[in-house]
Amino acid sequence: MKPSLPRVAASVVVSKASLQKVFDNMRVSGFSLVGPTVREGAIVLDELTQMSELPVGWSDLQAPGGYRLERTREPQYFAYSCGPQSWKKYLLPARLKLFSVEKENGNWRVQPAQNLVPRYAFIGVRACELSAIAIQDRVFMTGEFRDPHYARRREPIFILAVQCTQSASTCFCVSMKTGPRAAGGFDLALTELPDTFVVEVGSEAGSEMLRDTAWAPATAFDLGRATQACQRAGREMQRQMRTDDLPGLLYNNLEHPRWDEVATRCLSCANCTQVCPTCFCVNVEDHSNLKATAAERTRVWDSCFALDFSHVHGGNIRPTIRSRYRQWLTHKLASWIDQFGVSGCVGCGRCITWCPVGIDLTEEVQAIRDKAIK
Amino acid sequence: MNDVFLPDIATLVKAWDETPDTKTFAWRFRDLKGGKDFHFLPGQFLELSVFGYGEAPFCIASSPTRPDALETTVRRTGQLTDALHRLGNGDEVGIRGPFGNGFDAEAARGKDLLFVGGGIGLAPLRSLIWNALDERDRFGKVTILYGARTPSDLVYRHELKEWEERSDVELLITVDWAAPGWTGNVGVVPVLFEKVTLHPESTLAYVCGPPIMIRFVVRDLLARGFKEEAVISTLERMMQCGIGKCNHCAIGHRYVCRDGPVFNYSQIRELVE
Repeated sequence: MKPSLPRVAASVVVSKASLQKVFDNMRVSGFSLVGPTVREGAIVLDELTQMSELPVGWSDLQAPGGYRLERTREPQYFAYSCGPQSWKKYLLPARLKLFSVEKENGNWRVQPAQNLVPRYAFIGVRACELSAIAIQDRVFMTGEFRDPHYARRREPIFILAVQCTQSASTCFCVSMKTGPRAAGGFDLALTELPDTFVVEVGSEAGSEMLRDTAWAPATAFDLGRATQACQRAGREMQRQMRTDDLPGLLYNNLEHPRWDEVATRCLSCANCTQVCPTCFCVNVEDHSNLKATAAERTRVWDSCFALDFSHVHGGNIRPTIRSRYRQWLTHKLASWIDQFGVSGCVGCGRCITWCPVGIDLTEEVQAIRDKAIK
Repeated sequence: MNDVFLPDIATLVKAWDETPDTKTFAWRFRDLKGGKDFHFLPGQFLELSVFGYGEAPFCIASSPTRPDALETTVRRTGQLTDALHRLGNGDEVGIRGPFGNGFDAEAARGKDLLFVGGGIGLAPLRSLIWNALDERDRFGKVTILYGARTPSDLVYRHELKEWEERSDVELLITVDWAAPGWTGNVGVVPVLFEKVTLHPESTLAYVCGPPIMIRFVVRDLLARGFKEEAVISTLERMMQCGIGKCNHCAIGHRYVCRDGPVFNYSQIRELVE
């Protein structure tokens, strides 16, 4: 008899230990699992095979310019907020070979890169991160040109989302309307309760991964506890950013003195752009052999905070930190909307946590709003 | 899979010196099919690869009315352009494109055309100039005002001579600093406005050159009654990917590579770096 599986849009409960079965099902289906794990004092993303590799018993304390791990009282698996890395690590790799060329009898022969692209299963994607992926989808997969490298990675992924049940002090997804609850865009979504996982089934593929897990339909009690846990994360959120007429506010205040002020603190180190799950500035590098008969082109992450990012012959278009910070923030919160129809900020707070001097964009926006020129 | 980041291979047919630091290169696609499918508009640009050195954007300097030649005019300013300048006939480069919006030649139909170029800024204008001259009866008066720092910085000398001799083109040249033997105009480009009769209401002005020149030329054109929409320029930024996916050429909400590089002045005025 064919074992029955939950239907799409159903919610079920599974024991915590059965997550390993879900992992095994994914691996048997050909997915490479990537998800959170503890390394060098942070929760990073890496390949996983066992649920024991998850950050079990760990949480994080985040603040402007500060991040550290601490032990939880209960052995929870997902009791942390977004770490320094985001899923763009896999969808838009920091270094990606585009092609190689070789000279044969004076003629260049272009060889497209044979990059091995696994079918990824992303484990532990948060609501804000689902929004971030959707934003990069718009950048790379819509419009006249499509990025084949991004699309190849993006299209086959399996997403196991995790509903947030707590928020870091730097989170502000409620303001950006991206969380804390993921409403869709996942194959499965877990809510971790002290004793069990409540699992929402988002797709047929998701349902398939629950095979042999001894799942049971979620009771109203389970659903109520899951909803409350997630609502608490929203309620406890400490940061917020007013988004009403935010583009207009920034466009009208391009000469606001706050840009000069923030430029005295900003180190232009580019950390914010590297940890941002939507920032997508890239550059290409060529490397050749010594005889210049073979070369490779690699795409690498870049940053609008790099001095030579806007270089043209004769100089840099944005030579000051003021101009670069203003470019970043107005792009993220204003011109991104003109370009792609959505804000470039999902409220994950990574740029606040990982700024070495603790610059907080919500505070910068508020400072401009408080003393708006117009 | 159609990979927009993979270049086609093109061969250098010939290259010639324009000035001591500027050359024009004529390319032909090695793959004939690629060559045949290559349609472009004046004002569009290419991403040109010198393998091992990298890739950079260059405007197309030749006219689509002359499909045999795909030309770029390049000043030697850095590693990649230096490597370009060292290429010999038969050497190969990578080309992606064409990219960008290009000049709207249809909108120019029946209009008088005023070209104002400074130095190597004549390159993108040359594409549209030859396009207009090859379809001469579709356009009204053609006026070209061209300036360079010194007489030896003037590009396309043979063509300047040809345009000077044509009765259906008015060409005026000036240099910032004269040199022995120079008998022409001296002064920055705007001095030439005193010497021509312009009809702002029926003219489109195409301006390209160094930023300082563009600023003064635009100011003068507006003062002479040109509408902002009738003053058209092409912006220079490091368009790295060419397709709006790397952010290098972003100005405000515009990507120069995708929304430009051709903008009219009312669009340019809105842009804040």
